[in-house]
Amino acid sequence: MKLTIVTGLTGLALLLVLVNLLRRRQLREKYAVLWIIVGLLIVPLALFPKLLDTVARALGIASGVSLVMFLGILFLLVVCVHLSWEVNRLEEETRTLAEEVALIRAQRRHEVSS
Amino acid sequence: MNPDRRVLVIIPAWNECRSIGAVIREVYGELPYVDVLVVDDGSTDTTAIAAAEAGAAVARLPYNLGVGGAMRLGYRYAREHGYDVAIQVDADGQHDPRYIPKLVDVLDDADIVIGARFAGEGEYRVAGPRKWAMRLLSWVLSWLAGTKLTDTTSGFRACNRRTIELFAAWYPVEYLGDTVETLVRAARSGYRIRQVPVAMRPRQAGTPSHSPARAAVYLGRALLVLLLALIRT
Repeated sequence: MKLTIVTGLTGLALLLVLVNLLRRRQLREKYAVLWIIVGLLIVPLALFPKLLDTVARALGIASGVSLVMFLGILFLLVVCVHLSWEVNRLEEETRTLAEEVALIRAQRRHEVSS
Repeated sequence: MNPDRRVLVIIPAWNECRSIGAVIREVYGELPYVDVLVVDDGSTDTTAIAAAEAGAAVARLPYNLGVGGAMRLGYRYAREHGYDVAIQVDADGQHDPRYIPKLVDVLDDADIVIGARFAGEGEYRVAGPRKWAMRLLSWVLSWLAGTKLTDTTSGFRACNRRTIELFAAWYPVEYLGDTVETLVRAARSGYRIRQVPVAMRPRQAGTPSHSPARAAVYLGRALLVLLLALIRT
């Protein structure tokens, strides 16, 4: 019973943090939907860990907790790959901007000197 | 060499204030008809001032991007200013500008011309894993390009208009990507690559690395870059 209180409170806290970040516009809409869904899934599971037992057994997994663990790790992996991709894109964008700045500065220096 | 062609010498430089001035003056001394662009890759020393004093155009990047980043900027500059030929030359004085007319002449029937060590001229020698890496790279690239290439990591090369267009739009920043990956992609896209034997001189400033551990890392990275370049579309 105590475990359920700990996990339930953690789930609720997480959901509150996410909602608060969204409310203060610190998470963009494109991530908002994803994180709200994650938060809404986590809270009931945290309060009733046995919810997924039937689904788990249908998949040949002994308990719902293991299934949640598996899905959780998979989800984190996907998020990491996505973030790498985003960083890559941002680096490419800042690189282009840096080149642009250098070209403009070279142009201006040329105009000032001539 | 055809005097109607507008030629730009691109020198990527990162903290090279000790050698850059002499390199630029030597290029102008040998080839008065070319323009020189120094791409200052986020130097913290006086590279940009030294380059401007020697009479080169200077494009300063706000932070260090690496040779690949500096070179794409150089090619974008060449495209925007309508140059017919762009030549990459190192800022440390290794590359002898007297070979530039030779490189440009070979551009008549090639899109990229590499100034290559190990091709008969000069005394450049390497050993151990670094040598295996270079052997492997030149073997694979010779096969891809359909011509013998002995020095695929050379930073001394000449490009025509067609190649300038390609490199202005796409030029990798990763280590070795600027030399190996660009050649793989160019060869696979049907650009004609040739090489001209050159002798390299000792650097005017700075020291090359010779540790075996570094050479082994170099081999690993070379393999990775090659593999990625071959599977990338």
